[in-house]
Amino acid sequence: MTINFRAVYAVLLREIKVFTREKERVISILVSPLLFLFAVGKGIEADSPAAGFTYQQFIYPGTLAMVILFTSITYGLYIVWDKRLDFLKEVLAAPISRGELFLGKALGGIFSAVCETIILLIIGAFFVLKINLISALLCLLACLPISLMITAMGLSIGGKMKSMEGFGLVMSFLTWPMFFLSGALFEIKDENFWLKAAGIINPFTYCVDIIRRILIGYSHFSVFTDLSVIFAWLILTCFIGIKIFGNLQQGK
Amino acid sequence: MEPSVKTVNLTKKFSDITAVDSLSLEISQGETLGFLGPNGAGKTTTINMLCTLLRPTSGSAYICGIDAVKYPLEVRKKTGIIFQEPSSDDMLTGYENLYLHAMLYGMNKNSAEKKIKEMLFITGLEKRAGDQVRTYSGGMRRRLEIARGLLHEPAVLFLDEPTLGLDPSARREIWSYLGKIKSDRKTTIILTTHYMEEADSLSDRIAVIDRGKIIALDSPSALKSSLGEDLVFLKGKISDQALNLPFITHFEKKGEGYEIAVKGLSKNIKKLLEEAEDVSEIEIRRVSLEDVFLKLTGKKIDEEGKEESGGVFESVVRYNSVRK
Ligand SMILES: Nc1ncnc2c1ncn2[C@@H]1O[C@H](COP(=O)(O)OP(=O)(O)OP(=O)(O)O)[C@@H](O)[C@H]1O
Ligand SMILES: [Mg+2]
Repeated sequence: MTINFRAVYAVLLREIKVFTREKERVISILVSPLLFLFAVGKGIEADSPAAGFTYQQFIYPGTLAMVILFTSITYGLYIVWDKRLDFLKEVLAAPISRGELFLGKALGGIFSAVCETIILLIIGAFFVLKINLISALLCLLACLPISLMITAMGLSIGGKMKSMEGFGLVMSFLTWPMFFLSGALFEIKDENFWLKAAGIINPFTYCVDIIRRILIGYSHFSVFTDLSVIFAWLILTCFIGIKIFGNLQQGK
Repeated sequence: MEPSVKTVNLTKKFSDITAVDSLSLEISQGETLGFLGPNGAGKTTTINMLCTLLRPTSGSAYICGIDAVKYPLEVRKKTGIIFQEPSSDDMLTGYENLYLHAMLYGMNKNSAEKKIKEMLFITGLEKRAGDQVRTYSGGMRRRLEIARGLLHEPAVLFLDEPTLGLDPSARREIWSYLGKIKSDRKTTIILTTHYMEEADSLSDRIAVIDRGKIIALDSPSALKSSLGEDLVFLKGKISDQALNLPFITHFEKKGEGYEIAVKGLSKNIKKLLEEAEDVSEIEIRRVSLEDVFLKLTGKKIDEEGKEESGGVFESVVRYNSVRK
């Protein structure tokens, strides 16, 4: 099988152009993470589980992961708009396979997530904690598989969704629970069985964990565990996504 | 030679509606087929299946001999489509829309740039090519989409109401360009439209489709001569003898004159005027494709219209009685 890279690039280029033109979207994604970082992080005078770090510094990696989560999932769901605005038809009628279309879209999601991550890294380096260049680069590197996994999730759901009404549902029933049950804001204690179990099932837990390890050297799982879980989920979500894209038809 | 487009018992069902019903059709290379039919007849659904956007429920379709269900990607390399609904990207400029299209269809940079320039010129969009599409008027958007569909020089071109919303001069320009690609490149064109004049002047053959079935298929002139008659309105004193000439199929008194349906009008008009006693005014109305269309599909619209108005009347009555 050969991949038509030019067509993939065309899809990616379109995503990049649209992303850089929709400034409101770029900024609105950052609102919730920044509220958590500055309102919750500074406001709640909680103890940090990680010795030598403030609570705000403890949750900073979690908010960074949250930016990736929100950017990727909303990006993926936005394919519903493409469907609604009939723009998707143009691409569906073009000689580009559904797999290539998925690849282009997924790369677009990674691009958006990397851009947003850079913004939050800069904010963090100025106001929250010292970040050296290597850990910043490692964060961006970790951002690649994480955003791919979550974008694929968003694209799969968006590929199935009929209208933007489902957007709120996905945010309330998937995105926010993924965030709250990941240990981004607090340490998950062994005594609380259900929270612990939810955390272990939740792929986002491992995303937070690896970024926290990179930034403050504190983590629950080994790097190997984190990466294995993330890549396993990545393969699963991409597989489902490509399947769903294969069935995309022109229905209203 | 094998046909450019071939369908065999092509069928599409949406839950309980059969949108396209066992359609079998062959279109040869370089031919322009006009697809006419009332709203909801199944024209767009047929086109969507032919350009692989929809999977048929049953039956098959071949584009340039390639099976559209089995090899959609190969088929898409041959086809170009102008959609009925707007499908350009609002956030991109006109030029970017065209350039991305060229990339998707694997055109190289040089020929893409040259061709985009040409298409922008033909559609009169050169000056606005650098603006985002969301700042375009409806007609400008349409022109852009036409430019885009023609950009990669497809072997088979699907036009779903291409000139909807275009001003008359833009429409004529598009017609002449379509004529040009047809003779220069032998492009096969499948066109749907609700402008009968457009269908008449562009199509080699017309397929009239109603409720998913083809109910007539022939050249425009054959359809007109088999299904309609030219009408002559004569004012003045008309003799019975004239009204009973053999080439007159029927006549009706209208005001101060007669409306007369005449077969072979060009040949017979002279004779009719000679026999009529005293004609003060003549008016001729040539049979049009619209007459054919209405004759084939019109009655049903009437019936449905009546049902509907009955429904509205009933609901008004019900509304009133509830209010009391
Ligand atoms: N996605 C869909 N789901 C359900 N029914 C559909 C769908 N698309 C079309 N239909 C139905 O199929 C029938 C044919 O629709 P189609 O769009 O092909 O008509 P058309 O001939 O293009 O009409 P128009 O002149 O209004 O464009 C209609 O009854 C329509 O309601
Ligand atoms: Mg239609």
